[in-house]
Amino acid sequence: MFQPSHFAAVLLFALFASTVFGITMRDTPRGMVRYGAYCFILFVGAAIVLSWVMLLIAR
Amino acid sequence: MSTTPNKPVAGKKADKGFVYLPLIAGWLVPGAGHFLQGKWIRGTLLAVSIVSMFALGLAMQGKIYTSVQEILDMLCVAGDLGSGLLYVVGRMAGWGAQPIQTTVAEYGTKFIVVAGLLNIIAAVDAHNLRTGRKQ
Repeated sequence: MFQPSHFAAVLLFALFASTVFGITMRDTPRGMVRYGAYCFILFVGAAIVLSWVMLLIAR
Repeated sequence: MSTTPNKPVAGKKADKGFVYLPLIAGWLVPGAGHFLQGKWIRGTLLAVSIVSMFALGLAMQGKIYTSVQEILDMLCVAGDLGSGLLYVVGRMAGWGAQPIQTTVAEYGTKFIVVAGLLNIIAAVDAHNLRTGRKQ
């Protein structure tokens, strides 16, 4: 059984989802890479921010 | 005043053959819709992403939805069905049949559902390429 940490799972999810979003939502290769990177940063950044928010709420 | 209809500019290839073939092929086999149109790199990246996500979901002991117990399960079944033949093979092989017992297995279940949803997006993209709506 593959048991990644929660953060590793977020990274894997963000990587695959961003790849598909980048390819399907833009027309040019450059645009695809830029949009894919943008989505990846938003996925991971949102997960980190929400994690801190939940930690603060739990205290 | 211009009366030109606001239609997407379709290439000549849109007139030939079955227009929905890339959509159906892309749904059944991830990336196949792009392969049919010679978009090898895009198709390969899509196939690797979607199949990896599905396989990692199974490796995390994620569940493949088979029946609808609650209303939200219906959405998960719809998501799983988006994987096309991966879903059929998974059902036939009995993969993902065990109940969810760990947090990681819950993540795996969502990986499988999202892999199906991403495959639908990829198949629609292949259809847009076919009709000339996208380059």
